[in-house]
Amino acid sequence: MRSSLISNSTLLILLAALLAPAMQVFAESRFVTENSKAASLKSCVAPTDQMRRNHMDYLQHGRDDTVIDGIRGIDYSLSECIDCHASKDQQGQAVSVTDEGQFCQACHEYVAVSPACFQCHRTTPDTQAGAAKLGHHSGDSDPHEGLDIQLPAGIQRD
Amino acid sequence: MSNKSDQPNMDRRKMIGGAIAATGAMTIAPGVILHAASVSDEASAGADAKHRWGMLIDSNKCADGCSACVDACNTEHGLKGHGRPATDAVWIRPVKLKDKQTGRENRLVMMCQHCEHPPCVDVCPTNASFKRVDGIVLVDRHRCIGCRYCMMACPYKARSFIHEALTEQSVNAPRGKGCVESCTLCVHRVDDGVMQTACQEACSKEGHDAILFGDLNDPNSEISKTLKSTNSVQIRADLELNTGVRYLNL
Amino acid sequence: MSKMYYRELYCGTPARYWSGLALLGVIIAIGLGAAYYMEHNGHWVTGMTNQIVWGLPHVFAIFLIVAASGALNVASIGSVFGGPLYKPLGRYSGLLAIGLLAGGLMVLVLDLGRPDRLIVAMTEYNFKSIFAWNVILYTGFFAIVGIYLWTMIDRSVNKYNRTVGFAAFFWRIALTTGTGSIFGFLVAREAYDAAVMAPMFVIMSFSYGLAFFIITLIAAYIWGDRELGDFRLTKLKNLLGVFVGAVFYFTLAYHLTNLYITQHHGIERFILLDGGVYTQMFWIGQIFIGSIIPLFLIYSPAFEKSRWAIAAASVAVLIGGFFQIYVIVIGGQAYPMNLFPGKEVVESGFYDGQVMNYVPTLPEAALGVAGIAVALTMVAVGARVFKVFPETLED
Repeated sequence: MRSSLISNSTLLILLAALLAPAMQVFAESRFVTENSKAASLKSCVAPTDQMRRNHMDYLQHGRDDTVIDGIRGIDYSLSECIDCHASKDQQGQAVSVTDEGQFCQACHEYVAVSPACFQCHRTTPDTQAGAAKLGHHSGDSDPHEGLDIQLPAGIQRD
Repeated sequence: MSNKSDQPNMDRRKMIGGAIAATGAMTIAPGVILHAASVSDEASAGADAKHRWGMLIDSNKCADGCSACVDACNTEHGLKGHGRPATDAVWIRPVKLKDKQTGRENRLVMMCQHCEHPPCVDVCPTNASFKRVDGIVLVDRHRCIGCRYCMMACPYKARSFIHEALTEQSVNAPRGKGCVESCTLCVHRVDDGVMQTACQEACSKEGHDAILFGDLNDPNSEISKTLKSTNSVQIRADLELNTGVRYLNL
Repeated sequence: MSKMYYRELYCGTPARYWSGLALLGVIIAIGLGAAYYMEHNGHWVTGMTNQIVWGLPHVFAIFLIVAASGALNVASIGSVFGGPLYKPLGRYSGLLAIGLLAGGLMVLVLDLGRPDRLIVAMTEYNFKSIFAWNVILYTGFFAIVGIYLWTMIDRSVNKYNRTVGFAAFFWRIALTTGTGSIFGFLVAREAYDAAVMAPMFVIMSFSYGLAFFIITLIAAYIWGDRELGDFRLTKLKNLLGVFVGAVFYFTLAYHLTNLYITQHHGIERFILLDGGVYTQMFWIGQIFIGSIIPLFLIYSPAFEKSRWAIAAASVAVLIGGFFQIYVIVIGGQAYPMNLFPGKEVVESGFYDGQVMNYVPTLPEAALGVAGIAVALTMVAVGARVFKVFPETLED
């Protein structure tokens, strides 16, 4: 049956051509909230597009490692996400990552998902409970710096 | 990617995306594999079956009117009361006893006894209640459906149900509405190599030293030596649960 | 015997049917609203606490689930044990069983702390947990009774009716054994740790299920303006009498055993003598309303032919049964666990050694009643849509 003027494949190519610039912009864009620790770092613990796509899997994997096997200080820890991505307001107070327009909320709202994480996990950095002491990354071996990625020539990491 | 994922295959997307976008801005060079669950150098190695963590509570040393361990536990785990004692979470509680026959009075603290054969683990339908290989009994709140069967089964009333929505929890103990919880034996400290629970630390600071935490499997640990040389008891020993928390002078 | 015709049940005027359904709908809506209210605020708005962890919703849920498996009895007698008088009632028996189970499960699930995680309960099984077994038993019950109904209604598969009937019979015994074992396997609590719980729940299910069956059958035949013979009803009545007597016997056995064990004297004293509201519920609710009144109504020659006496006896059995489960579930928790034998608790940070007070709240009751409404709605719709009731049940 060939009733349409343009074939499906033509349509796809056309669509792709239209979308390509947008995709490129999206792929290169990086969303961090102002006055967050993340804003001062070169990249997340993995390249942005991977984090965007897979952070939930990383977190889920890490959560079972920690809760069941007691492995702490994993690279993908939710509390570290919060420590890094929570921004500060003008008074220097931490803003919840689930507040309107904040790091977690903005994207989850856009893709219409409501993760259950924050029913139990706090949404601001914990300054009281010796978080640093508990082996969450601090000091020298920051994984943000340690990514061993070779990028194609001429491409700068964001 | 070694991760099981319901996400579309990224590499394929990349190929397509890269081909379309021609520039392939974010295409990572072939052969670059990021290890999803890598553990950094400072990470703890995790629970080890060669340990069995436990506690010894000396009823003679538990001072009347003292609540240092309870307060420390609440602070450590971010347990805040809501002014509703019947539904507020209690992980550790003082109990004062009087012998019906002799009139001798005792004071002790009760908490999760970290049984070797925990009834809460037996009855949990979703495996949310579980025992770590090092003997610590925990609730995996990612799986808990809030049926409270474990609370019915626990002989020690060690568990609390979270009756209200919470915010600003402690990183030490993420917790939320609708799940069951109990003493974790300060598992976050144990994993971090801090061999002292919050309650023990507070009790020692008060100068009472009624609580002793340690490895029951290590014959050279202080707790093992004390247990070997003194007459300790388990609460409800008749149930043969082989508790990890033992009592002296009860 | 003339041929039996089944026909969809139309009750009186359409307005009566639809307003009845609407009323049930409103009750269900209120119950769902109550469940949302409890989930949204957390369980502190209910009467349940860290001491009384299972409350009124669980009483309703267990009551309905137990009654569900009992409601299937009539079908089992018809097709498994070959009782020709019961056979025409088999279809309705299956429908009522499904309805009651659905109502009970709805209440149970909506009272979970995290009902949104029901999928976890479906995918993660701990086979040492009676609860996990019950998840399988309950879902399996729907499937088996569904097939059972099919073999009863569709003549082309009728030849499997007996086989499926057998399977359904054993499944329902397993289901109530499982429900009873939820309590029987709780080693810690003195009121529960007893193997007699499982058979007691089975016999309770016979009694409650049949009472539900009789009362709804009479109602349906009045509303549908159909003939219901006295002889058949007398058969059902006599059976109910036997079941009520059996429940009484098991209650006796349970308490006598406990009275012999010194360790259990405390809980027995609490339930039988000085437990306040629980003692009253036991003697007035369970024994007087639930056993003595129905036995009198059933066996007294004065009421031999009275249909109202049969209906009243069934209602009394249901009320008494509700109190019986209330005393088991709530009374068993209200009595303090004995952590320190030989010692008296002078003070405690968590109510050790104290009898706990439980006051059910309105939302809990609304959710529970909605469970009954769900059962009745399913029956009302099912009887209207399928050929469930025989056109006439005259002798």
